[in-house]
Amino acid sequence: MLKEQNIIELRDICVSFDGEQVLNNLNLSIRNGEFVTLLGRSGCGKTTTLRIIAGFLEPDAGDILFDSNRMNGVPPYERPVNTIFQRYALFPHYNVYDNIAFGPRVRKVPEKEIKQQVTEMLKFVNLQGFEKRSVNLLSGGQQQRVAIARALINRPQVLLLDEPLAALDLKLRKDMQNELRNLQRQLGITFIYVTHDQEEALSMSDTVVVMNEGRVEQIGTPLEIYNEPINAFVADFIGEANILDGTMNNDYRVNFSGHDFQCLDKGFKPGEEVDIVVRPEDVDIVPPEEGMLIGEVTSVTFRGVLFEIIVDIGGFKWMIQTTDYHETGHRVGLSVLPDAIHVMRKSKYSGLYGDFSSYSDEIDQLSELTEDE
Amino acid sequence: MKATERILNILIFTFLYAPLLVMVVFSFNASKSTAVLSGFSFYWYKELFASSDTITALQNTLILAVASATIATVLGLIAAVGIFRMRSKPLRNTVMTITDIPMMNPDIVTGVSLMLLFVFIGRLLGLANSLSFITLLIAHITFNLPYAILNILPKLRQTDRNLSYAAMDLGCTPVKAFFKVTMPAIRPGVLAAWLMGFTLSLDDFVISYYTNGASFQTLPLKIFAMTKKTVKPDMYALSSLIFITILVLLILVNILQSKSQKDNNRTLKKE
Amino acid sequence: MKHTNRRSLRTGLLNGPYLLWSAIFIVVPLFMIAYYAFTDSSGAFTWENIRMLTLYKETFAISLWYSLLATVITFIISFPFAYFMSRRSASAQRMMTLLIMLPMWMNLLIRTYSWMNILERNGIINNILGLIGLEPLKMIGTGGAVVLGMVYNYIPYMIIPIYTILVKMDPALLEAAEDLGASFLVKLRRIILPLSLPGILSGIIMVFVPSISTFYISQKLGGGKIMLIGDVIDRQIQTAYNYNLGASLSLVLMVFILLSMALLNRAGKDDNEDEGVMLI
Repeated sequence: MLKEQNIIELRDICVSFDGEQVLNNLNLSIRNGEFVTLLGRSGCGKTTTLRIIAGFLEPDAGDILFDSNRMNGVPPYERPVNTIFQRYALFPHYNVYDNIAFGPRVRKVPEKEIKQQVTEMLKFVNLQGFEKRSVNLLSGGQQQRVAIARALINRPQVLLLDEPLAALDLKLRKDMQNELRNLQRQLGITFIYVTHDQEEALSMSDTVVVMNEGRVEQIGTPLEIYNEPINAFVADFIGEANILDGTMNNDYRVNFSGHDFQCLDKGFKPGEEVDIVVRPEDVDIVPPEEGMLIGEVTSVTFRGVLFEIIVDIGGFKWMIQTTDYHETGHRVGLSVLPDAIHVMRKSKYSGLYGDFSSYSDEIDQLSELTEDE
Repeated sequence: MKATERILNILIFTFLYAPLLVMVVFSFNASKSTAVLSGFSFYWYKELFASSDTITALQNTLILAVASATIATVLGLIAAVGIFRMRSKPLRNTVMTITDIPMMNPDIVTGVSLMLLFVFIGRLLGLANSLSFITLLIAHITFNLPYAILNILPKLRQTDRNLSYAAMDLGCTPVKAFFKVTMPAIRPGVLAAWLMGFTLSLDDFVISYYTNGASFQTLPLKIFAMTKKTVKPDMYALSSLIFITILVLLILVNILQSKSQKDNNRTLKKE
Repeated sequence: MKHTNRRSLRTGLLNGPYLLWSAIFIVVPLFMIAYYAFTDSSGAFTWENIRMLTLYKETFAISLWYSLLATVITFIISFPFAYFMSRRSASAQRMMTLLIMLPMWMNLLIRTYSWMNILERNGIINNILGLIGLEPLKMIGTGGAVVLGMVYNYIPYMIIPIYTILVKMDPALLEAAEDLGASFLVKLRRIILPLSLPGILSGIIMVFVPSISTFYISQKLGGGKIMLIGDVIDRQIQTAYNYNLGASLSLVLMVFILLSMALLNRAGKDDNEDEGVMLI
């Protein structure tokens, strides 16, 4: 099978549980050999999508195609995909060897071949000598590797990963991110990765699928998603963003915060209402007399590498990330260059996000901790 | 406080074990009295093994206990899986309420209600004797079933559902996944279900008393018949033997349990 | 869609056998009790069996009185015992649980009969009293002996559930209460008792229900002089073969027990919401 060809297609998938619509006419094409991440908050339908691809769940409507063959109704044990589960779902009554050998044994591969394959897999995931170890006695990272070996020994065309790093601590998570990324490059097979962690999504994927309320909001490379979010939801969900109401004067000219700016966007009607995204790191703080916008610093937080400075401009609180310190109460000017501005069409998310007046770090962290689908 | 605790412990354990002590001591009595000691002898133990009645009753009890515990465990396992998969909450609640009935109802009511059913059906079919081994077995399965379900259901709930998905993902059909992965995970519950059914059946007198046929006598029924008249120490001898057997079994189970608990603790610590 | 159907078919196949079994052998028998209670021996409808119940007013009253007494005594002994037990080392707890449960593995008939040997006119206690030159006591045939039989046979059912709850209770709660200035009695009233309520309730049910419905204990320790509901039901069914009266007596017993259990459970729930009802 060639790269760039679609290996999996989901067409108009609808799923509801107890009358609640979980997936809403979902359309998604996944190319062969890609590292695709489904990114979204808990309840956005990302895990459901994965379960539909794995075959654990049948959609109420819509088609699922593998290699252009309709797969609806094909049970999970006949699909050419394997899954790494949340918390791995290693079989507690088997040791490492028996866990990895599970798939080939079900397929009645001769025991001699299995031995050879398992040994190979153990070497591949760097767990030689762990054959007889109980899986309950492994560390999180080791369990993760057993799960990978258990899936890959079946030579799946597609590997599905359901928040596989959620249970690990931060340091280990970073290491495993690299490990998984390298693994995918090495194998060249398709990875479909589900996570709620946007940093993880941006750093690992070829393609990121941002999902919300059972729909796809945007599909693109990490850079596209970050630099050219399609609407206020994506802009807010990925990284930090100042999102303001603006008006397009004409191509390359936009007005917001009572000031006309040069921008790189075109194709809007003159006078069209738009949403403006300005990333905190793209704004420069300058002396008031040089600023395009002028405001007062209302809070400064030291973040290690940089300061997060909140500046009040006409009642809208901007967040600016800079390496320079500015004291609370000082008047400062802001300089926003054309390539710092991204213009988006109005959407149902307009006005919901983007102001930092009630900004609190803790709340963001708490909502991530309670994440569990 | 310490003194209160000690006195209370001594009182309660004396209270609990006095009748058992009486039983064991008088099983070795040389005379046939169960109130006056007149010397040590194994006479009643010899007497016991000479009586084919007692041996038959013991056999019957074991047959009934093994059969009813096994059938109830299998039925209960199937039912627990079914209830676990039920999507409709009202239906599930109804089934659980019905399941609770035999446990909440006094034994005498359960016994009488089943007997009335059997007598009613027997009359409809024109049978001379509506009670038999079959009715006794049905009754025992019925009162064992709730305990089987309640032992297995929580284990199913505790089992990570992804385990059976993982098995299917790796090529198992749902049925195969159940036996290869779910079953080992819930095995302690299934075992507990069987053991509980076995002991409940072994010990049951009241429900058996109403539902058995004359041809099939279990040990508790025989003991009841014996205690209607003055009891000779042979019954005490029998009870002492049962007691010793149970004591040994319990100690074994306890050792096994504490061992598996240690394993569990080790697993927990790892996590 | 097809998949969903297959799934519900499978669920149906799994549930079928048990639903059928419990319908025939749990639900229908309860209706049989009602059917027999409201018919005569020829199967015709009658109120007679219900009317007859008034003859057994005293039996009901005595059964209720003895079983309540047994339940209360059992609770008073069990609670401190379970509390002390829950404070001990893990191995001591395991040992004590085993010792508490062990007598229960002995058939109730034998345990009760053994008590008869201890308490009867020429029994062990009176023999000992005779040896030290005291007058023999009359114990068998008194209410006290029957209540003792109930307490003896069912006390493990009270100790174990209370202990199970107490042992799970976070000791930090008690330390917190002490830190806030609570005396032992306040701790008991405000923390230990309310938190162990579920265990107490199930203990009460597990002692009360078999006590009020027993017939063997009263037969042996009541010396044939004390008749409880269980004895009356047993006599109607096994001796008089009057199934209809036996059924109406069983019906009343069952309804009474189910109603009081519902009430108890309600009380338990209320108590969690507003701590109005206190057990002591």
